[in-house]
Amino acid sequence: MKIPTSFNRSLWVFHLNSGSCNGCEIEIVATITPRYDPERFGIRLVGSPKHADVLLVTGPVTKKMAPRVRRVYEQVPDPKVVMCIGTCGQSGGVFYDSYNLDGPIDQVLPVDVYVPGCPPRPEAIIYGVVKAWEKLERLEAEQ
Amino acid sequence: MSTEKVKKTVPYTVPIGPVHPALKEPVMFTFGMEGEIVRTVDFAPGQTHRGIEWMGMRRNPVQIVHLTDRICGICGIVHSLSFARAVEQIAEIQVPERADYIRTILHELERIQSHLLWAGVAAHELGFDSLFYLTWRVREQSMDLIENLTGNRVNYGIVQIGGVRRDISDEQRVLAEKGLDYYQGLLDKMATLFLEDSTILMRCRGHGILSEQDARLLCTIGPTARASGLNMDVRQDYPYCAYGDLDVKAILPPPETGGPKGDVYDRIIVRLLEVGQSIGIIRQCLENLPAGEILWEPKMAKLLAVLKKAEGEGIGRVEAPRGECMHYVKMAGKEAPESWKVKASSYSNLMSWIPMLQGEQLADVPIIVASIDPCLSCTDRVAVTRNGRSDILTKEDLSRLSREKTRRMMQ
Repeated sequence: MKIPTSFNRSLWVFHLNSGSCNGCEIEIVATITPRYDPERFGIRLVGSPKHADVLLVTGPVTKKMAPRVRRVYEQVPDPKVVMCIGTCGQSGGVFYDSYNLDGPIDQVLPVDVYVPGCPPRPEAIIYGVVKAWEKLERLEAEQ
Repeated sequence: MSTEKVKKTVPYTVPIGPVHPALKEPVMFTFGMEGEIVRTVDFAPGQTHRGIEWMGMRRNPVQIVHLTDRICGICGIVHSLSFARAVEQIAEIQVPERADYIRTILHELERIQSHLLWAGVAAHELGFDSLFYLTWRVREQSMDLIENLTGNRVNYGIVQIGGVRRDISDEQRVLAEKGLDYYQGLLDKMATLFLEDSTILMRCRGHGILSEQDARLLCTIGPTARASGLNMDVRQDYPYCAYGDLDVKAILPPPETGGPKGDVYDRIIVRLLEVGQSIGIIRQCLENLPAGEILWEPKMAKLLAVLKKAEGEGIGRVEAPRGECMHYVKMAGKEAPESWKVKASSYSNLMSWIPMLQGEQLADVPIIVASIDPCLSCTDRVAVTRNGRSDILTKEDLSRLSREKTRRMMQ
């Protein structure tokens, strides 16, 4: 299916916590608030994965959350981009030797953009979203 | 996840979570509904369990300090401070006075940012998004200040065993005072916005009530307990760091607003007043900041050698923005602690959801859930099950075990 061009200008994001320490969560929420204000570019957090273009995943994916993470990923319509926010989703970070992890996130989902940092600054998250946007445009052009 | 069967008759079962827009963190609720009214509540946390205590028992105390930062991203200093205090107790380390004052300053700055964060989330849960954006905009000021003092916005990494890792310079002091003036000027405006607004009054007054008796029986702590009228605050009852020198009194809902009723509105009042109290505490600390060292032992190898020899048990208690946070550490002359137990503040508060939510409407669930400021990343622990039987002991079981033990010891 061809995506109408009117959808191109806004990027909707769904945020999924897979067992994070809340550090990335508060930085993601800080990102959408007036100081950084990405909503002027159409970037906003939405309440349902079915409305989203981008899936932000934080945390090292605990065993209990892994099936839920997969289910949420399947609910995001194509074309989609997965962003992994925070060091613990990329390598386990300080939780690298834990017994209760199914992560890092790229063991569970195909990740497109990595934003490192524990937690990353709002500027870094916005930069990651820009990268995700570029990839999404490429995917749409290929369709 | 609850194993209870989904019922097809009244009361209807409504599951919420673990991924739901009304929840900021994964937790699973099961509501028994009669129309719009919540009759029964059950919840299952555990989705963010990362096994931190288990990992800690394989690392040395200096490494654990950085692990404790990541127990919870909002209460970064709370966990590292109470862990450091427990270890300092065991190794008999005397923290320099200046370090104690710097710890207090950052502890209170954290309370300011955490309470503002909560106020924003609460406004968002009520559907009052302009207030949410306003609160988070002013919160950025405290984040800037924290970044200036510690080098990080979140997960500060400032506490070290035996002191703090960064000093406060004279220029930073001026900056901190400016930041405090900003918040002082803002307090009245925030109070008007939150307490006189008819939307907030309508949605919060008389909702999510936790009676004083229930609060006491469920061992509730922090602002949730104080809003129900319990006069308790670790900073007042068992002063630590610089709190002994300062005048700190537990904040209860004042008589002007009708005294403590234990509803959501009272929890807003307590937290807003605590922001004002924190500003006062930081001002006092900055004025009386003593000169001297900031670390008991700056050389890492020496510090580790002392910690390796340490033996004994210690408990660190601090008043987190959500209530008392306690770390129990046992060292046995090895590099890693023999035992480490974290009792985070939300752990004591979660059970208060059940009396609060019963009889409320489904639409009030998000604000009531948010009103205790739950932090599940701190709370999620492991429950041991053997042969498929979970080891939950009732009072009768405990007294039976106690009697059996007495009998064994008599023989």
